[in-house]
Amino acid sequence: MDKLGWLIVSVMLCRTFANTQSDEEFGYVPSLGDTSPGSVWPQPQSHTSTAQTIPVTIENFSFNYVASSYQCSTLDQAFKRYQGVLRSMTSHLRLKFRPMALQVISALDINLMSLCEHYPSLHMNEAYNLVVKEDQSILTSGSVWGILRGLETFSQLLWETATGEMVVNKTTIIDHPRYTYRGILLDTSRHYLSLNVILKNLDAMAYNKFNVFHWHIVDQESFPYVSQVYPDLSRKGAYQANYVYTPDDVAAVVEYARLRGIRVVPEFDTPGHSLSWGLGQPDLLTPCYASWSGGKPSGTFGPINPILKSTYRFIRNLFIELKEVFPDSYIHLGGDEVSFDCWKSNPDITNYMKQKNITGDYAKLEEIYIRKISEICEELGLSYIVWQEVVDNGVQVKCDAVVEVWKRNKPQVELAKVTKLGYHVIITAPWYLNRIQYREDWYNFYQYEPTNFNGTKEQKNLLIGGEACMWGEYVDGTNIIPRLWPRASAVAERLWSAKDVNNVTEATPRLHQHRCRMVQRGIAAEPLHKGYCIHDWGI
Amino acid sequence: MDKFIVLLLVGYVTANTQPGLRQNRLGTEVPSLGDTSPGSVWPQPQSQTSTSQTYPVLAEKFAFTYTSSSFRCSLLDEAFKRYQMLIMNAAARSKLHFRPRAPYTITTLDINLMAKCEDYPSLDMNEAYSLDVGESSTQLQAESVWGILRGLETFSQLLWQTETGEILANKTNIIDHPRYSHRGILLDTSRHYLPLSVIFDNLEAMAYNKINVFHWHIVDDQSFPYVSEIYPDLSRKGAYTSLSHIYTPDDVAAVIEFARLRGIRVVPEFDTPGHSQSWGKGQPGLLTPCYSGDKPTGSYGPINPIVDSTYTFIQTLFTELRNVFPDKYIHLGGDEVSFACWQSNPDINNYMKNLNITGKYNELEQIYVQKVLNISGLIGFSYIVWQEVVDNQVQLKDDTVVEVWINNHPDEELAKVTKLGYRALLAAPWYLDYISTGEDWMKYYLEEPSNFNGTDAQKKLLIGGEACLWGEYVDGSNVTPRLWPRASAVAERLWSSKDVNDVTKATPRLHQHRCRMVKRGISAQPLHPGYCVHDWGNI
Repeated sequence: MDKLGWLIVSVMLCRTFANTQSDEEFGYVPSLGDTSPGSVWPQPQSHTSTAQTIPVTIENFSFNYVASSYQCSTLDQAFKRYQGVLRSMTSHLRLKFRPMALQVISALDINLMSLCEHYPSLHMNEAYNLVVKEDQSILTSGSVWGILRGLETFSQLLWETATGEMVVNKTTIIDHPRYTYRGILLDTSRHYLSLNVILKNLDAMAYNKFNVFHWHIVDQESFPYVSQVYPDLSRKGAYQANYVYTPDDVAAVVEYARLRGIRVVPEFDTPGHSLSWGLGQPDLLTPCYASWSGGKPSGTFGPINPILKSTYRFIRNLFIELKEVFPDSYIHLGGDEVSFDCWKSNPDITNYMKQKNITGDYAKLEEIYIRKISEICEELGLSYIVWQEVVDNGVQVKCDAVVEVWKRNKPQVELAKVTKLGYHVIITAPWYLNRIQYREDWYNFYQYEPTNFNGTKEQKNLLIGGEACMWGEYVDGTNIIPRLWPRASAVAERLWSAKDVNNVTEATPRLHQHRCRMVQRGIAAEPLHKGYCIHDWGI
Repeated sequence: MDKFIVLLLVGYVTANTQPGLRQNRLGTEVPSLGDTSPGSVWPQPQSQTSTSQTYPVLAEKFAFTYTSSSFRCSLLDEAFKRYQMLIMNAAARSKLHFRPRAPYTITTLDINLMAKCEDYPSLDMNEAYSLDVGESSTQLQAESVWGILRGLETFSQLLWQTETGEILANKTNIIDHPRYSHRGILLDTSRHYLPLSVIFDNLEAMAYNKINVFHWHIVDDQSFPYVSEIYPDLSRKGAYTSLSHIYTPDDVAAVIEFARLRGIRVVPEFDTPGHSQSWGKGQPGLLTPCYSGDKPTGSYGPINPIVDSTYTFIQTLFTELRNVFPDKYIHLGGDEVSFACWQSNPDINNYMKNLNITGKYNELEQIYVQKVLNISGLIGFSYIVWQEVVDNQVQLKDDTVVEVWINNHPDEELAKVTKLGYRALLAAPWYLDYISTGEDWMKYYLEEPSNFNGTDAQKKLLIGGEACLWGEYVDGSNVTPRLWPRASAVAERLWSSKDVNDVTKATPRLHQHRCRMVKRGISAQPLHPGYCVHDWGNI
């Protein structure tokens, strides 16, 4: 992580906004219209603006490299996207009003100060500077990823006056993320998510400066990933023949994410959470035995069978394929919630454990499995993320492994423990967005401070970020987008912005504005509270 | 309402192999639901006898034909077109267009309407019907157009698609009628505006669930989207935006017509004297000015009950409403009146002193409500009120309906209201705006409305209930998946027999019904991990 101590000058100047509806005389009507236009979410590290606005011409807006800038095809595509975003902001103009102004902004100059990079990574540099003023507006960054973040910020600075004019305030922004890993988990096993829903969410992630799509692609319920080495996995393990992600689909997701500076980290969770794997790969899962079946296999299956060589051959072959398919250097290995009941029932497992002198110690058996899997990863050159149980069970993981803390019972104790062991850690425990409740639960997400655990400065530095998780039991294409957004935006700001940006009262009008912006850009983000957007969903 | 109940359900073998296969191979640990229970009806009919004998249905050329003795009805002609579309939709995406050899192919549904067509649905409408899918003919018979509409919906649900794409119906006899005559959904278009397209989608979904009342909570504190022709300033100044967040007379007429064609009543609610902040913006002098000491604070309270102009206004507005909304009933609100502002106002206190009711603000409220009820009655409205009106001992017309919403012992309130001889509606257990993780539909489903102390005569005064989706946290982005299929649980409770109350049995049927809604274009959210053959976004 970039250790530069940036000066935090957060000067947000209020500006008058021509909202025709005067709420003042009805003081207790808490309705929100399009408040805080032109505010940025997540809030930059340093943002200075003045009340002076400059008109922007949208129709022929251009992004131009300065003479000294490197050029980059990823950016050329981004320019086209943001031209589209800017045009969409003016699609409902009440007046096509062309003001007489001495200075009009019609271009943003781009200064990319180093060679273009192809794939985003854990170590990508996302810092950028943005200056908006009458004579020249310029976006500068040491990397293509910083330019992408700055383009998003620039697009958020623009706002539409009541007369339909696009303007931007005179602004200077110096920005970088607080954490390098800012993820969203989507689960495509409990329910299949169509490609267009995944791409829509990647758009929303870019609007919130998220940089990791944690793709929980398979689980107990279904196996939609189409493996070319083991095609039966999805042929028999997917819900239906059409509820799959073909190699082309996966490549499309990876490419769509790459263009937005978003990493795709796939999770192939084992040895538990793997029932659907067994449909297409006979003998992979442990056969359970039961007394009611007369000491014979009962026909049900448990976790992956850790005592067969064939298991590890299979994993190795599959992972060789995954390394080709997913360009990120990290894979998520899962390792959570392994139930020992089935292993306990199986006489072959019991014999094996006796020979290894670990009779009765099923955590040790799990450790043997995980260790072999991590050795395969190390051999193949894959870095990995694991759920916290792996470390809790005493498995030694590689030094660049990342441990994900998800259990809601005292996550700060787990953070202290994992970082004391010297591992990198990400936190997700407070951000299980699949859990819902009445009212504004984003407050809780927003106010969770990840560094509130006991540890040295070095330990704190091992906390590299977090994730908002949307487990799939109760969501599919019908409801996932409004359930995720703008609640995940609260997590986005916690992970990007400075630690002291944590006041929900100050955040509310900005978040409302951001939600309205997402709606206008085609993301069906749900409302925060009573009120409206000028361009509400469906109007 | 008819009182005969013949409940006879014969299960039939389904032709969907995948979910069964999944469970056979991996045991019962995989709770996934595919398209189980094809051809099941929701809400469950009072009496249904089906056999495993199936008949192919010729979907492309399907026709609805009146029998020679039948009355005819343009409302039904419209319905036939809709259901032709739905039947074709059920056949869409056939994997095979397979024309089987069968003893009998269903190509028509014979309609026998035994009484003259009616124009508008009402509280007293007759929704009973009988439906016979037999060996040589398929016939739907009812004594009213509304029964035919309900029977058409049932018929469309009986059809199911085999894996080879063939559409079938099982040999079936259904005799059906609703348990309760008022089965409503409340949508709130004040806390958030709902676009017309969203209201239409929900009216469609209501028809698919045999819901027969759209309780339109059209205005409230936050905004006044109803465009009054007599008082145009109400929406001009009270709507969120006066151009796009409004319901014009044409919009309202379109909603009423869309609902009428589906046998759904539109009962508008103009809630007073509280919940009326937005009214004051366009109608100066209507609300009570609040005081601090002897000076008005500039904020306002409930409608001012002590000035004649209030009642002139109400009478004029309600005369317009009488012409706009054809239903006999209007909802007058009357809930949650805060007395703080009245207490602060010296004119109010003087008035009360003169009437010898000093300090008794509930009596002041009673005076207001009594006058508004009298005006409504004179204009020709029957009315529904929230329970507080009865709790405050206001005299009501005999045909008044009292809606019980406070979730603190609603059974006692039902006993009290019916003991006074008023008709009652139950909404308290069905506030669907309250959300929680998991399958909360089960709790809505298991609620038994008649569980209160009272005589048979009292029980008969309970005429139904409503699922309420208050608008604080929903708008066009999320209202439809939040409402459906949760409201379907309420629909079955209010339509089906009292003893249809087993969630385990209901689950596969409700899953099937949810998949059917999705296929018909309603973004109903999932119940549980699993899939539909035609998931949202993969249709």
